[in-house]
Amino acid sequence: MPRHLNILRIFWSASISAEMEYRVNFLMAAITSVMTLAGTVLMLFLFYRTGYQMGGWPWRDALAVVGVFTFLEGTQSTFMTPNRTRVTEHVREGTLDFVLLKPVDSQFWLSVRSISLWGLPNILMGLVIVAYALVTRESSPHLTGVLLGGIAMLLAVLMLYSIGYLLSTISIWYIKLYNITMAMQALVETGRYPITAYPAAYQVFFTFVLPVAFMTTVPAQLMTARGGAGWLLGAAVVAGLLLMLSIAFWRFALRYYTSASS
Amino acid sequence: MTQASAITLIGWPRKLRTLFAVHYAEMMEFRAEIALWAVATMLPLIMMGVWAQAGESGKFPFSQVEVFRYFIVVYLIRQVTISWIIHHFEFLVVTGRLSPMLLHPVDPCIRFILMHLGEQLTRLPFALAIVGVFLFLYPQTITGGPEGTLWWPGWQNIVLAVIACYTAFLLRFFMQYALSMAAFWHERVAAMDAILFLPYMFFSGLIFPFEVLPDPLREILLWTPFPYMVWFPAALIVHGEAPILRGFLTMFIWTAVFFILYRYLWHKGLKHYSAMGA
Repeated sequence: MPRHLNILRIFWSASISAEMEYRVNFLMAAITSVMTLAGTVLMLFLFYRTGYQMGGWPWRDALAVVGVFTFLEGTQSTFMTPNRTRVTEHVREGTLDFVLLKPVDSQFWLSVRSISLWGLPNILMGLVIVAYALVTRESSPHLTGVLLGGIAMLLAVLMLYSIGYLLSTISIWYIKLYNITMAMQALVETGRYPITAYPAAYQVFFTFVLPVAFMTTVPAQLMTARGGAGWLLGAAVVAGLLLMLSIAFWRFALRYYTSASS
Repeated sequence: MTQASAITLIGWPRKLRTLFAVHYAEMMEFRAEIALWAVATMLPLIMMGVWAQAGESGKFPFSQVEVFRYFIVVYLIRQVTISWIIHHFEFLVVTGRLSPMLLHPVDPCIRFILMHLGEQLTRLPFALAIVGVFLFLYPQTITGGPEGTLWWPGWQNIVLAVIACYTAFLLRFFMQYALSMAAFWHERVAAMDAILFLPYMFFSGLIFPFEVLPDPLREILLWTPFPYMVWFPAALIVHGEAPILRGFLTMFIWTAVFFILYRYLWHKGLKHYSAMGA
């Protein structure tokens, strides 16, 4: 474990110094994040200004869902997106050989190789919005609820990672499918609003097929004391299963990897 | 247009047809990926869910059936108005592959437009399949009219909407293409598109019907090019209540503005490009 932490430190400091070369891009990403968030809040306002409550969620609580979503978006673009595209690249160019030869677990290496600072504004703003929503709502939140919600947010990160890795593993067979994570991301957009704001068919799909409901609605639910610990247990089971699945699928896929040169 | 003027006008239909066939065949090679784009552009259909629930509450100026119709139409409009030229153009300039295209007697812009049309045609069957799923889930989209009459927008509205759709495509294309010209001076222009994409996403009607906006805000937005890229053609089909004359006029003017901007930057950029020895 300390060895893995050391590897992380080396990888990430190298990534950050490379990233510093593109400071203007970071600024643009920050502007984009702020504008996207403003747009999302405007959208929410368009619903609530008529007195309509999305799926029975009051304004502050729905805002907490937006906060959780923004936080997840940030973690995704900081920790996951920069690594996902590389898996395909390694397969196409045959450089996956070198990764497999290294004395570290290949999934670990491929998942943490680089980070990007672009997601930081979203991570920070997401947390601020969650805090704002919780502090200003009528009944103040319970500490246990917030703690459970925090754990659920970490589980959500794990789910997002596992699904993303599952999909990039497909590139061992089909390089042309590298846009598959883009398609997934479009569907994850559902998480911007509480799951009960959607019709029944959407709710079923986004709970059991693509578990978006567990990613944003459940953490917000726990933090605003709208749901019991049973939901947390559900989230833990889903996250655990997805993680194990992503590991098993990667090991399975590697058996089919015939490097580019041989 | 100097290269183009050398060609007699008579040969054009055949040339365009051939080029289109070439690019369609090229895009068919990428159909697996293009099918995923049909999924990646599903945002309107996701928003349809939230608005459908909202429409049911009776607190909004539209019914649930109107929401289904609006967003399914928006999704289809999106399929024929998407532009990705900035990514392709950046790639061509950065790798220098634009150079051989400049020797070709046909202006690259014409090829790019045909490429887009070829890609759209490849994507269309997948998009129609997705629409089919949603119509199966929500058949009231078709049957939910007054006294059980089937939904039919009328020929006049359909013709107007199709014209509006393709004008919208040209508007979106030239807006992005004009920005793409920055590639002559900068390496990473595709990232700039994110800034243009945001107003497009929020103010085109892609994620909410314009009827929910407060009046002053809607009035301001109707002067910008964005509502005409999605909302205007969709409104023509869904209820026919759109400012037709003003709509088309605004669209044409904005398209002309971006076209002129692109021509100007194109000539300026080409000098810069060749000056780099590419």
